[in-house]
Amino acid sequence: MAQDVLVIGELAGGSLAATTKELLGLATRLAEGGMVGVTLAGTGAQVASAEAFEHGATRAFASDDAAYDVFRSDQWVAAAEAALDLAAPAVVLIAQTMVGRDLGPRLAFRHGTAAAMDCLRVEQTADGLRVTRPAYGGNALATYSFATSPAVVTVRAKSQEALNLRAGATGEVVALPSASPSRTEVVSRDAAASDGLQLQDAPIVVCGGRGLGDPEGFRLVEALADALGRDRAAVGSSRAACDLGWYPPSKQVGLTGKVVTPDLYIAIGVSGASQHMAGCSGAKNIVAINRDREANIFKAARFGIVGDYKVMLPALIEAIKALAK
Amino acid sequence: MHLVVCAKQIPDPETPPSAFKIDTVANAVVPVPGISPVLSPFDAQAAEAALRIKEKVGESKVTVISLGKESAQAAIKQVLAMGADEGVLLNDDAFEGGDSYTTAHALAAAIKKLGDVDAVICGRQAADWDMGQVGLGIAEELGWPGAIVAKDVQAADGALLVQRVLLDGFETVRMPLPAVITVSNELGDPRYPKLQQIMQAAKKTVTTWTAADLGLDAASVGKAGSRLRLERLAQPEAGGAVQIIEGDTPEAQAQALAQALRDARII
Ligand SMILES: Cc1cc2nc3c(=O)[nH]c(=O)nc-3n(C[C@H](O)[C@H](O)[C@H](O)COP(=O)(O)OP(=O)(O)OC[C@H]3O[C@@H](n4cnc5c(N)ncnc54)[C@H](O)[C@@H]3O)c2cc1C
Ligand SMILES: Nc1ncnc2c1ncn2[C@@H]1O[C@H](COP(=O)(O)O)[C@@H](O)[C@H]1O
Repeated sequence: MAQDVLVIGELAGGSLAATTKELLGLATRLAEGGMVGVTLAGTGAQVASAEAFEHGATRAFASDDAAYDVFRSDQWVAAAEAALDLAAPAVVLIAQTMVGRDLGPRLAFRHGTAAAMDCLRVEQTADGLRVTRPAYGGNALATYSFATSPAVVTVRAKSQEALNLRAGATGEVVALPSASPSRTEVVSRDAAASDGLQLQDAPIVVCGGRGLGDPEGFRLVEALADALGRDRAAVGSSRAACDLGWYPPSKQVGLTGKVVTPDLYIAIGVSGASQHMAGCSGAKNIVAINRDREANIFKAARFGIVGDYKVMLPALIEAIKALAK
Repeated sequence: MHLVVCAKQIPDPETPPSAFKIDTVANAVVPVPGISPVLSPFDAQAAEAALRIKEKVGESKVTVISLGKESAQAAIKQVLAMGADEGVLLNDDAFEGGDSYTTAHALAAAIKKLGDVDAVICGRQAADWDMGQVGLGIAEELGWPGAIVAKDVQAADGALLVQRVLLDGFETVRMPLPAVITVSNELGDPRYPKLQQIMQAAKKTVTTWTAADLGLDAASVGKAGSRLRLERLAQPEAGGAVQIIEGDTPEAQAQALAQALRDARII
């Protein structure tokens, strides 16, 4: 049955964010011929609308107002609300980004309902919409239905497939109002130093945990990433290591950190707590190096070495360098 | 200032994954014998944030509110022992089986009933369902601004200066009072109550309010008022068996691992 779906879009450097393309793919599947709307706010919104049509959108609610370039909750909620009024969708999809964590609950509560956050699966069934999300730190998967409409759903990055590009596809552009006043004022922003390759995009992630024993241990972890190639391998950290100040919080992998889905994830001195696995269980191959054979990380790993990382890492670095020759 | 901390009691999130079991008929987590429920960790940090503000500003009151079973008194007492002044337990059979919507609805009603609240501080997410929306739900119900995932909160001339954790970096926002903040672990470790504080907490008042006390219709809270219906709760499938790489020396092990990764075309 056809239904109207609205995607709250995001822009990255003036073009359509990868998560928005994924959501448009999902929206097209759920809409079954109904409207696939997308909101786009900020510099480049008009241009990104054209991109959105090629990724499945049939209608774009767009405003080029640069005031939207920085996420301010009040302004974005007002913009999304304007689109909701115009589109009256049955389903609202938002990526589980900093935008989604904020807008999801706000939009839902404005409509007297709750959002389903951080969903991995969103399906239209004979009994209605069903969403599945991790709970209990990743120890459980919970499936929900909605008693009220619209269903507001935030969706985890990389859990959905974008469509094949529909070159030249067009749609209707509807103007969104310019940004309204915001009660919160952004005083300052400091971006963490970005070293090129993003954790979420890296095909290899090497992750250090509390088992490293001290911040110096991360030098060895970084040396392993170097040996694998810094254009391919990024370094992450468990929360325990971040909380100890050994590595920056922006490198935290897990439920409350970043979710990574690399081809190879090497966990070193990481016990594999469920909340950590929530951020890396989507990796295609996990390698664990841990002193404790009983550590939970070995349950998820494809290959494991039981041993002291201080001994194993220098040897592994040499072995990888030797392979490369 | 009057600061409210919202604190939830949950099954211990550090329960070993091997002990974690689900009753798939009841769609509920099976309590693990010998492991007591705890104050949700981010809520301890919410309490820490409130107490830091109180220490700086002086002349402030911190009230902790929990919606839950009678056992949630323990979570309230823990926040009182940390230094909060008063506790409120929202306890009513009608509250059982609720979702984020009904929880925020009841908490907001309690905050309205308190009347003179300047700021509400919540955890970024309760470590049972990991939803992360009740804080903003309260903000929406009350019509207040909100800021989520804070690592630092300072009171400044009738406003709050909140440092937020972004995906890649931080931002500082200024928001007028009254407001709602949700707090993340980057705030730092919560204080550990001293024995004397634990004894004092036992004497502090905990008021219990029911749905009727809050003027809430039983149909608008708990399972009856829920918007999200839990259809199924299951454990994710376990992965395959691990291949432990052995060897006579670390060098041999390392070479075997590197070769195995090469053979599997992973590196
Ligand atoms: C609500 C909530 C959210 C959370 N979110 C996250 C999150 O996003 N990300 C996250 O990572 N955690 C998160 N956690 C914390 C999580 O529960 C664990 O506490 C944390 O992941 C443990 O980190 P760790 O594995 O580095 O440390 P530990 O659990 O202390 O493990 C250290 C490991 O190192 C091994 N080891 C020690 N010495 C050596 C050595 N010399 N050589 C090799 N191995 C050694 C030990 O055997 C052990 O297995 C969260 C917790 C909660 C409650
Ligand atoms: N039953 C409850 N009682 C008190 N506070 C709660 C309750 N449920 C949620 N909260 C607060 O809201 C935050 C976010 O919860 P949630 O949206 O359920 O992840 C928690 O960290 C608490 O501060």
